Parts: sequence; C-alpha cells; structure tokens
Amino acid sequence: MVDEKSSDNLIEIRGLYLKRGRRVVFDGLDMSIPRGKITALMGPSGTGKTTLLKVIGGQVAPDAGEVIVNGLDVCRASRAELFELRKNIGMLFQSSALFTDMSVAENVAFPLREHTDLPDDSIRDLVLMKLNAVGLRGARDLMPNELSGGMARRVALARAIALDPLLLMYDEPFTGQDPIAMGVVQSLIKRLNHAFAATSLVVSHDIHETITIAEQIYIIADGKVIGHGPPDHLRSHDSSLIRQFVHGTPDGPVPFHYPADELNFDLLGEVSK
Amino acid sequence: MIEYLRYLGAEALDFLGNLGRASLMWGRALSGLPQWNDIGLLMRQIYNIGVLSLVIIILSAFSIGAVIALQFHTQLAKFGAEDAVGVGLAMVLLRELGPVVTALLFAGRAGSAITAEIGLMKSTEQLSSMEMMGVDPLRRIVAPRLWAGMLCLPLLTAIFNVVAIYGGVVVAVEWLGADPSSYWIGMQDVVELWEDLGKGMVKSVFFAVLVTWIAVYQGYDTVPTAEGIGMSTTRTVVLSSVMVLATDFLLTLSMYGDFG
Repeated sequence: MVDEKSSDNLIEIRGLYLKRGRRVVFDGLDMSIPRGKITALMGPSGTGKTTLLKVIGGQVAPDAGEVIVNGLDVCRASRAELFELRKNIGMLFQSSALFTDMSVAENVAFPLREHTDLPDDSIRDLVLMKLNAVGLRGARDLMPNELSGGMARRVALARAIALDPLLLMYDEPFTGQDPIAMGVVQSLIKRLNHAFAATSLVVSHDIHETITIAEQIYIIADGKVIGHGPPDHLRSHDSSLIRQFVHGTPDGPVPFHYPADELNFDLLGEVSK
Repeated sequence: MIEYLRYLGAEALDFLGNLGRASLMWGRALSGLPQWNDIGLLMRQIYNIGVLSLVIIILSAFSIGAVIALQFHTQLAKFGAEDAVGVGLAMVLLRELGPVVTALLFAGRAGSAITAEIGLMKSTEQLSSMEMMGVDPLRRIVAPRLWAGMLCLPLLTAIFNVVAIYGGVVVAVEWLGADPSSYWIGMQDVVELWEDLGKGMVKSVFFAVLVTWIAVYQGYDTVPTAEGIGMSTTRTVVLSSVMVLATDFLLTLSMYGDFG
C-alpha cells in the first residue's frame, strides 16, 4: 500500500510540461488539490483537462514536471507502484466505460474481486450497498446495453467507489444528462465525498452545476492555470478570460471562431480581393 | 529523392516502433504462467477462439481432403498408381496444407475477432478504466487470448489433418473404390512420426504465436475509432496471412533443406 502522507494536499503538481506532436498541452502547470474537498477543474474545450486526469492516474507520462499523488511521484513510479496507487483512485469516465460483457452487479464487483479476498457473500452485500448508494440496486441484473446513459454513469460511479477510494476523479459527469439525472449526479458527488471522506476532482464544462458543489475551482487555459480559488472569488475576478468563462459569454478573449481567413474571402475567393 | 529517403526513414522508424511496442506487450503479457485465478478467463477464451473455430476448420478440412484425393486419384490413375493416393494426401497435409490452411482460416475467423474485440474495448475506454482500477489489461485481457490462441491453433491443426484424411478416404475409398488396405498401409509405411507429423506440428506452433501476437497487438494498438478498428482488423488478416506464408517457406527450407 502507498503510505498515507499527512500533507494537507492529496495532489501536488509542479511545473508540468507535456507536448503532443507540435502542440504544447501543459506549459509549466502548478496545482494543489486539498484533501477531503471537492475541487473542480474547468477550462475551454481542448485545454487538456481529461489529459490532466490521465497524468494524475499515471496513464500519460509528462515530458517534465512533478506529479505527487498521496506521496508518490507518479512520473517516476514503477508500473507496480502505479497499479498499487490506482487501487486508491476511483475514476468516472465520460463514456462510463462499463465492461459490456458483464452485468451491472458484476461490473461493480469487478474491482472487489480483483483486489480483495472477500467471500462471494460479502462481495454481493457490498455490491448491493454501492448500487443502493446510486439508487440502482434494482438494476443489478441488467446488462450495460440495457441502461440509459444516465443509469450507466451511475453504475460506473458505483464501480468507482467500490474500493472506498481516497481520490475520486470525475470526467465530465454532467455531460449528456437530463436535468433530473444531472441533479442526482450532483448530489451524489457531494454525498459520496462526504460519506467516504474522499477527495474529489471534477472536470466539467457545466458551470452552474459545478459551482454549486465545488469548494475550490481551477481554471486552465493555454497550458497554464489562469485562476483558482473559491467559486465566489472567481465570479468577480479581474481577468476578462475568467469572467468570460464563468459567465459563459460566447465571445471574448477566447474567440468563438477557430482561426480562419475572413468569411468573405473564403466564400468569394479571389473575387473579393 | 530526399523526400523518398525521408519517407523510407519514417516508415522504417514506424516499423521498428511497432515491433518494439509489440514485443514489450508480448513480454509483459506472458511474463509468468497463467495464475490459477485466471484459469476461468483462459477457458472462456479457449472456447471463443478454439471451440467456435471448429465448424469452419472441420468443414474446410473435409472438403480440402476430398478435393485433393479426387485430383490425386484421377491423375495417378493414368499411371495405374491409385494406391498411392493415401500416401500423397497424408504427406501434403501433414507437412504443408494442414498447418498453413488452418493458420489462414484461424487468422480469418479468430484473429479478426480478437482484434475487433480488443479494439472496441479500447475505443470504449474499457481498457483505460481497467488500468485506472489497478487491474493490468495485459494480464486480464491480452494474456488469456495469447495463451488460448497459442494452445488452440496446434490442436485445430491436428483436427484439420484427421478430418482431411477422412475426407480423402470418403472420396478415394468409399466413392472411387480405391483399395482401403493399400490406402492405409501405404500411409503407415511412408509417413514418419517426427519428419512429417512432428515438423508439421512445430510449424503450427510458430504460426500460432505469429497469428495470435499480430491479432492481439493490432487490437491493443488500434486507433480508437470505427475506421481505425476496421483497418486494424483488415491488417490482422492480411499481415497474418502474408507472415504465415513467408514463415512457412523459411521453415520448410530450414526443416527439409538440402534441396541442392
């Protein structure tokens, strides 16, 4: 097991630099995620928020920098150390990523069977408790292809909390959910963080839902952190980029249009010259 | 000219990179024999890869055996040598056609299925989520398929040989009226255990490693899109077939060499 460090921050990221092809994804990013709190990670599309979750989980290796998760430097950890660390991390993928050849109950039981020697009876009880926590105890025998998107997300959540992880990472948990399901997931994230005394890291675009549950928000753009602090602080921030993002205005420092030639030149070609 | 050299260089680097990644994957997946806990996973893959391939292997073997017997019988009858049908059929099957045709059929039936399945798991983030749960997909997903493929192909080759010889009996003996005792006795006299049967089976072990390795790697390394999975599946079948035929030539050369 990874030693539990008494530091106040579960995750410390220092000088993270990552390049994909010619594009610089992170350019000296620094971040501290405090223990026991819900931290939101926001920013325009394509800024590498999901990639950052993968860096924290050790699935993507950065080109430079330090990423310390619960006292372990994931960039320099061995494969075995990484797999050991991941037992303490629950991650909710954007696509739910349920195992399609297993039923709902088997999906939730999977991490328990892999990492514990519990007898079948105990695993069954634990699975039912986890499914009950997300309101899907009655759906235990369904297969993933019989679930709606929202239900699949909740099953994936039950699977992510199966081993009572220290860290819960949510990748776009509200995307594609109807308003009711969105509210359910929102309250689940809050309740679960409290119930398991876990640390939660939520990547999301949905400002209003995220602001209601997050205790701290990081906004990243252009490979760097451009602002962080409690939600109220960011709403009245000096930076126009942060205000544009928090208030959701379509045009501002982040342009609405992808870089292109003038419209009339594109439509009329040489004639317009 | 420079452009062409640059293209060649890029292709060579790409090939070496792929070979390196494939070797790492193979080494990591097969480091250590399957654990007792994983025996269920292995049995399931033996069923998917081996048992479900039985129908196509048996049907193909029977018709190939029957066709070869028919051709041999008509040609050899011209010289009054119909009795040699059994020997000829057995030699052709055990040394070449058995291992090669089974490997080609296996690549089409099981290899493509392995690639598509692993590729789809990758594109739906199932492999990623498994990794994030602290479960190594190389152990859980890749290793059972590699072991199952390497166990099943030699067994399927043995079944192919038996069924094809029986197909030959049905045509040559039952239908065309060749003498059954000379069919079998000729075969027994000429066919050698190691030289013909043994070396043929060794070939099939080589093909098993090759086809399963290509299939699993193509799935694991696929571009996780619909088009990417389609291309990887095609590559598995094409690459496996070409590699099986090329390796067969090299193996035949080294095993039966001295063609002077």
